[in-house]
Amino acid sequence: MSDITAPELKLPAAPLPRLPAWLRARPELALTPLVLVVVLGLWQAVVSLGLVSQYVLPAPSNIGLALAQGLSSGLFIQHGLVTLGEAASGFAIAVTAGLVMGTLIAEVRLVERAVYPYLVMVQTMPKIALAPLLVVWFGFGSSSKVAVAAIISFFPMLVTTLAGMRATDQGRLDVLRALGAGPFRCFALAKLPDALPHIFSGLSIAVVFCMTGAIVGEFVGASAGLGYLIVQANARMNIPQVFAILLTLGAIGVAGYALVQGLRRRLLFWEPKQELSRP
Amino acid sequence: MTAPDGQVAQPAGLSRPRDATPLISVRELTKVYPTAKGERVQALSRISLDIAQGEFVSLVGPSGCGKTTVLRILAGLIADYTGDVSVSGKALHGPSREVGVVFQDANLMPWRTALANVLLPAEVLGLNRKQAKLRAQELLTMVGLEGFERKLPGELSGGMRQRVAIARALIHDPAVLLLDEPFGALDAMTRDTMNVELAAIAARSKKTVFLITHSIAEAVFLSDRVLVMSSRPGRIVEVIPVELPRPRGLDIIADPGFAATVLRIRRLLDSVTASALPSIAH
Repeated sequence: MSDITAPELKLPAAPLPRLPAWLRARPELALTPLVLVVVLGLWQAVVSLGLVSQYVLPAPSNIGLALAQGLSSGLFIQHGLVTLGEAASGFAIAVTAGLVMGTLIAEVRLVERAVYPYLVMVQTMPKIALAPLLVVWFGFGSSSKVAVAAIISFFPMLVTTLAGMRATDQGRLDVLRALGAGPFRCFALAKLPDALPHIFSGLSIAVVFCMTGAIVGEFVGASAGLGYLIVQANARMNIPQVFAILLTLGAIGVAGYALVQGLRRRLLFWEPKQELSRP
Repeated sequence: MTAPDGQVAQPAGLSRPRDATPLISVRELTKVYPTAKGERVQALSRISLDIAQGEFVSLVGPSGCGKTTVLRILAGLIADYTGDVSVSGKALHGPSREVGVVFQDANLMPWRTALANVLLPAEVLGLNRKQAKLRAQELLTMVGLEGFERKLPGELSGGMRQRVAIARALIHDPAVLLLDEPFGALDAMTRDTMNVELAAIAARSKKTVFLITHSIAEAVFLSDRVLVMSSRPGRIVEVIPVELPRPRGLDIIADPGFAATVLRIRRLLDSVTASALPSIAH
């Protein structure tokens, strides 16, 4: 009685691809690399077919080659460490100064009245424009790059620290004040931890800005660093190397950002919310 | 719950015949706030009240009548007032160790565990760490939070957070517990449960309690006396003794005495609100 439907059932049905469980749960694990492969493939094809000049857009294979050469010869590492050192020093100065100034302005009215208007004025200025002047003041060595990195990272730190200190929960302060806690205790037990989410927003902006500052400083005048290397490669029309250096800079930036995020997760274990602002 | 205050004679009015010195004494308390326009708003006008050792007293009144100002003065958070305020016979100048405060919001530090939050006053006041920890543990058990010591406030419900705040207010063993609408932010059912527990905690810890609320039923349920305030300027218009037996359960709501007291306060509040109207319009 099933002789009509039986043959139909025997037809070789196209077997659905059996995806592994991890891929079905998180398809982005396959999709994200796939996008990269497709884009790189198209890019390579466009350049290989001669649709775009090698000088304008080098092929991914050439960039890969330049990156491998730069890393294996130690050139990128040597100059990368110079830039990293400048950026890290600038970051450290900016974070310290931003935290101290932000706290002082938030806590001491006199400081706020005396300094804040000028800070607002300076903040509205594009700090990058100071780079040539800073090179004149601090010389062609690394200190001028540290200065540029510190200045442009300082303001996000200052503004977020200030915002954080002002966002202190008054109820929690009341609890401490009713116990007779002094200003220092109020700061350590309530204001500082309460300001941490804001401060971490500042840190994740500053960690990106300090690299920008170091590179810009090197553009203006330097004898070492990845920014100097970019200018050199550009002048020699070694465009694959320029791309390779950009990739190296990107990797350093991602590492710095990841470091801040890791620290954030560790210190802000109590905060389930997402970050207040992302760069 | 064994109520030690059951033996205390129900006071009627300001005069407390048998107690030599009341635990909290407020005389002619007046508070004026300056406004942005340079005017002066009288928040409190010549408030006098006495609270005896072990007594549970509530302060009810319309919103904005200055209830919270009274509590903040007693908590030492407002210093510029005129009049005399003393706790345990000592004039109050700023925050006192004799006082524990529970605010409308639990105001817990979200980065501290329940236990660490309870221990906060011990840290600020520099109490012995070991003893404080034992006591914090006991208090958390007393407020029904045994096993939640390591939880962060974010992992607790609103009612549980307020219980932690009560335990925190008691850690340094203050003579007085000040409560500023502690359950105002909770839903009605949780609020009823919390009130029953608060009555038990007050009885067990033998604390003197001063409660600010705008729930008349809550005030009558918990208190030995209810002070009724009017607004603009805030003043105490009447002191109503609550003549109900202790311990009280939620079924006391059915007691005719309970209903009569609530009604009496309700009428009183309605009359002061109505009489205040012309002056507001003016």
